[in-house]
Amino acid sequence: MSIDSVKLSKNLLRMKFMQRGLDDETKKQLEEDERRIISDEHWYLDLPELKAKENLIIEEKSFVPCEDLKFGRMSFRGFNPDVEKLMTLMNPSDEGPAEEEEVTSRMPADVTDEEMALRYESLVGSMKRKFVKKRERVTDEDVNQNLVETNTKRIFLKPQD
Amino acid sequence: MLSTLKRRVGEVLLPGDEFSYDGDDTISLTEPVRPEKVLCGPGLRRSGDRLLVCKSGVLRHKQPNVFWMDCQQKRYVHAKGETVIGIVTVKSGDVFKVDFGGSEQASLSYLAFEGATKRNRPNVQVGDLVFAQFIVANKDMEPELACIGSSGRANGMGVFGGGGLLFRVSLGLVRRLLSPHSEVRSDLEQLFPCELVIGMNGRLWVRSSSVHQTLVIANLLQSCESMTPLQRRELFTRVQQGAL
Repeated sequence: MSIDSVKLSKNLLRMKFMQRGLDDETKKQLEEDERRIISDEHWYLDLPELKAKENLIIEEKSFVPCEDLKFGRMSFRGFNPDVEKLMTLMNPSDEGPAEEEEVTSRMPADVTDEEMALRYESLVGSMKRKFVKKRERVTDEDVNQNLVETNTKRIFLKPQD
Repeated sequence: MLSTLKRRVGEVLLPGDEFSYDGDDTISLTEPVRPEKVLCGPGLRRSGDRLLVCKSGVLRHKQPNVFWMDCQQKRYVHAKGETVIGIVTVKSGDVFKVDFGGSEQASLSYLAFEGATKRNRPNVQVGDLVFAQFIVANKDMEPELACIGSSGRANGMGVFGGGGLLFRVSLGLVRRLLSPHSEVRSDLEQLFPCELVIGMNGRLWVRSSSVHQTLVIANLLQSCESMTPLQRRELFTRVQQGAL
């Protein structure tokens, strides 16, 4: 039996208890082998390199931003004041002075200012009475009969023994 | 591509025409090269690097780089963010089905109304008209409407109607009515006090102080479709003088 034939296998040499008897050279060789195995086994993706191309075309499906279309609710000549308020809110680019000119051609109000004033004229008295206290209301009526009450404060008078 | 697009603005284009990035665009050496983005509106479609025309019409341009096809059509194709007039057709559980004149019915959640909570449901009946906005408009998905903006305010959307008249016009006329400097609208403004709701889907709703006036406005608007500005102005002045 020659010495060459008695060669221990690599796997055997790698075992812990065999390490003591090994010389430096074989140790180094073994380590290198091991490293190669690990690096070979590492995964990698076999894909072409993904490179996002900058998109220069943006799609827009709606006409609204293209043609600067307005909001779809409108009211003319004060038919619906709420909607007219909304129109100025939703279409901020509206020109203001154009609307000012048309004040004369506005829709007639249901109650004119004069009617309103006449109505409130008669209401003034009753509204005033609402805010007056009961005691003061009595004095108010007294004034009409020219019976002026003295404004002395009532206090408790202690009876004499 | 930009230069070819700009050169053909105002021309009639047909489906199948295409624009592509050629070498014809000169690149200036002094300025930093910054590729310009193109915003293509309805009627133009992106396919890779090319731009395809998919509707026949006139090419329009707006600064800086917005291009779209101006075309006449009657069929409405929904687009995100557009406001339409819909008719509630089904009331089922927590969504309403709304017919907006498109290929499919849209769904409208009962929570998509101003002030609506799980407890406090909006009062919507079958047959009601709603003015609503698309929040989902995708060719692969069911369209979805909402009656509130992103801030939770109604801003004029929601259930409306009662005492008015609903009718249909072409989509082109709707756009003419809504455009910033609309002549039809300014002519209409001179006539009667009235209220208008305009849906991008071609539905129009009019109300004015009497049924007679409402009908007059509806007929006028429908006939605006096929009139020159001169004819229209003539007709409107005749109506204003009380001829109709």
